[in-house]
Amino acid sequence: MRSATAHQSDLKNGIFVTPFLLVFSCLLVIPLLWGAWLSLTKADLFGPGKFVGLANYSRLFADKVFLGSIVNTLYFVLLTVPAFAVCGLALALALNRQTRFATVMRAIFFASSVLSVTVVTLIWRIVFIPDIGLLSNIFGWLGLPQVAFLSSPKLAMPAIAIATLWWGIGLPMMLFLAALQQIPGEIYEAAALDNAKRWKTLWHITLPAIRRTFVLVLIVQCVLQFQLFGQAQLMTQGGPNNASRPVVLYVYEVAFRRFDVGMGAATSQVLFALILMAALVQYVVARRKEESR
Amino acid sequence: MTGANIGMVRPRIGDVLIVLLVVLAALIMILPIAWVIALSFKLNQELKLDTNAVFHAPYTLKNYLDVLGGSNVFRWFLNSVIVSFGMTVGVLILSSLAGYGFARLRFPGRDILFVLVLFGLAVPEQAVIVARHQIFSMLKLHNTYPGLILPGLAAPFGVFLMTQYFREIPKELDEAALLDNASRFSIFWKVLLPQTIPAQATLGVFTFLGAWNDYLWPLISATKKEMYTITTGIASMQTNFAQTEGLGFLMAQAVFAGLPTLLVYLFFQKYIVAAVSGRAAR
Repeated sequence: MRSATAHQSDLKNGIFVTPFLLVFSCLLVIPLLWGAWLSLTKADLFGPGKFVGLANYSRLFADKVFLGSIVNTLYFVLLTVPAFAVCGLALALALNRQTRFATVMRAIFFASSVLSVTVVTLIWRIVFIPDIGLLSNIFGWLGLPQVAFLSSPKLAMPAIAIATLWWGIGLPMMLFLAALQQIPGEIYEAAALDNAKRWKTLWHITLPAIRRTFVLVLIVQCVLQFQLFGQAQLMTQGGPNNASRPVVLYVYEVAFRRFDVGMGAATSQVLFALILMAALVQYVVARRKEESR
Repeated sequence: MTGANIGMVRPRIGDVLIVLLVVLAALIMILPIAWVIALSFKLNQELKLDTNAVFHAPYTLKNYLDVLGGSNVFRWFLNSVIVSFGMTVGVLILSSLAGYGFARLRFPGRDILFVLVLFGLAVPEQAVIVARHQIFSMLKLHNTYPGLILPGLAAPFGVFLMTQYFREIPKELDEAALLDNASRFSIFWKVLLPQTIPAQATLGVFTFLGAWNDYLWPLISATKKEMYTITTGIASMQTNFAQTEGLGFLMAQAVFAGLPTLLVYLFFQKYIVAAVSGRAAR
């Protein structure tokens, strides 16, 4: 038994968590509630507005640019999230060994993750820019025709997705590596005795063993990629013809460029709801599958 | 695959193919950065005609001298240093105190409060940013260092990480001190905190990188040029990109802005790997 004095519940003990809780309440909880309220008002940047009920939301859902931005964001999530999961897993499988080569490679694939969005977009604009860009040069050497990636409505979003994949591939790779290293080696030894083929081992042993991490990667990436902003703002300004305008860029423009704060707040509520829904759906689906096993 | 023994029996074509693919992918990772670095060493006049010029001399340091000589870039760099260090120190202090409190002390409402903090993990920045901006306007915090630093302090991730870490420290360590009637704070400070240094390093590196690279909040909060961070500052110069005026200069700025985080990464790789794999380095 532990001493009673040491473990008594005491209000004074709460003093350790108070500083954080104060900051947390003022900067997260209150803004969250305030934002929900703001979305029901007509307000500008400088003070509380007047209550207008759901008017902002009905304006929002009548706005083609907003609806387009939701479609764009979903398209971007569909482009990137599966790619992150598949490429991340492939890299982790290839680099899950204790060799110097693997260590160096891991460091290379993670390095781009520590760059800021500004540097990443500078790098990739100089890759995609017509005539003088890296791809233009490569296409030129190969005798291929020039392509203006960022000014094509069809290619702008895929180009942003490629830059994003390049930027963020390190995180899923590391998560998968951590999971692979948790798999006990005996399982593989047993499989090797059975003369199991590589693909069979992957399919029947490795993948089931890391399914939790797979779901985690999907959820984390979904949440992250729904927040697409900097790449689209800096690479294409949402263009051409709104083809690459994501929801957060819409929030930014409405709230901080047009100063329609109520509408901006309403948009961010919708985005929040979308992210929560996407994460919940994945979580529930994964849960159900696990139970049915 | 873990089964190195599988490959050892006879080297298979599959293994060779995997290595080749990995090397190819690594080249794709490095090539854009190499291109940017190469461009940064070229004179602007030459690049205007043809970027293929990077393959032959002359090379120049002029772009880097221009970056260092330019009044703004240096100021932005300094702002980033102040903001990133401020946020890192703040997060470490708040998270350690709260982690200790949640993990090792009892007080009324503790469990509910902890669940509330965990809920905070699920709230994306965009959900609060409009309201937060309005509150900061009223308090006249925009275009100030506190305005840039404060939002980063409300990070539940640090509290979560430190709570986990404090829980793992053996109970005997502070119990003896408690029986000697040492104050809770001195136990925290002298006995437990030294045990958490690896976790502090992990959390510190991550907070620093996050703060240095943050884009959305500095973009809307710091609207005066002299209060930009290096991230938003460089972004503000990207706009006239298409004319390729000063392409080499722009690339030198990219290198200048990216280098600090790459260096932090090189020095603290161990802690970064530990943090993304979900365990604090020991």
